[in-house]
Amino acid sequence: MLLSAFWFFATLMIAFGTCVVLLRNPVSCAMSLVMSFVSLAALFFTLDAPFIGIIQVLVYAGAVMVLFLFIIMLLDLRTEKSRTLNIGATAGGVLVVAAFLCILIRIVTSTSAFSLPIPPQHDPQISDVRMIGMTIFHSFGLPFEVLGVLLLVATVGVVVLSRKTLR
Amino acid sequence: MPTLANYLIASGLLFAIGLGGVLLRRSIIIIFMSLEMMLSAANLSLIAFSRFGLVSGQQNYDPQVLVFFIITVAAAEVAVGLAIIVSLYRARRTTHVEDLDHLKF
Repeated sequence: MLLSAFWFFATLMIAFGTCVVLLRNPVSCAMSLVMSFVSLAALFFTLDAPFIGIIQVLVYAGAVMVLFLFIIMLLDLRTEKSRTLNIGATAGGVLVVAAFLCILIRIVTSTSAFSLPIPPQHDPQISDVRMIGMTIFHSFGLPFEVLGVLLLVATVGVVVLSRKTLR
Repeated sequence: MPTLANYLIASGLLFAIGLGGVLLRRSIIIIFMSLEMMLSAANLSLIAFSRFGLVSGQQNYDPQVLVFFIITVAAAEVAVGLAIIVSLYRARRTTHVEDLDHLKF
């Protein structure tokens, strides 16, 4: 059950991720990215992290992608003009990606510690949100407060950047 | 049951697709979307390690808090990045990276 869910959503995530890179129309790319993020959220659910899955859907698939679509429509971006492909850069890019995947697969298959199934939890009924809240406010209080300052700075920065004339 | 290797390879594939998008695409918006995809791929491996590395019989919640922070920072980053893209478009009338070479040495 869990295994089939994993394969279904992982395939969906990779397929839509490939669409983001391959499709020409920016709006189709953004829609594929939304589907990819929703599948990723489903993978978080299979890992017993429902809070992070819900945050992923709300923040990424909701807010961030709406912002992307908004900017695409604001700038009125058309289909990317197909120019002559730089052969050297393309070959270099594919080479870097292939090398990264080769190294990853070698590392993951090198030891049997990576091929154990999901270990059962002591108490599966324990509330995920409660435990994350306890962890944030017991161990990571200061980073949490700093995050608020970061969001404020980002808001002010966006307002300054979006003014008509930059001084 | 899926294994840790399954999740790590899925996360690595998503990361590789994002990296390929950053290296191969020429529209700055699509490059930015690919960057977001790479961030999410890192989140997936963090959550996988959180579930597979048990602490006293329970999953480790520290990585989940880290992912929560990463998502917040990524949202702020997207807002600022898109504002920069909009002002760039106002100044140069293009989002094609090959036309944006004023800082090229």
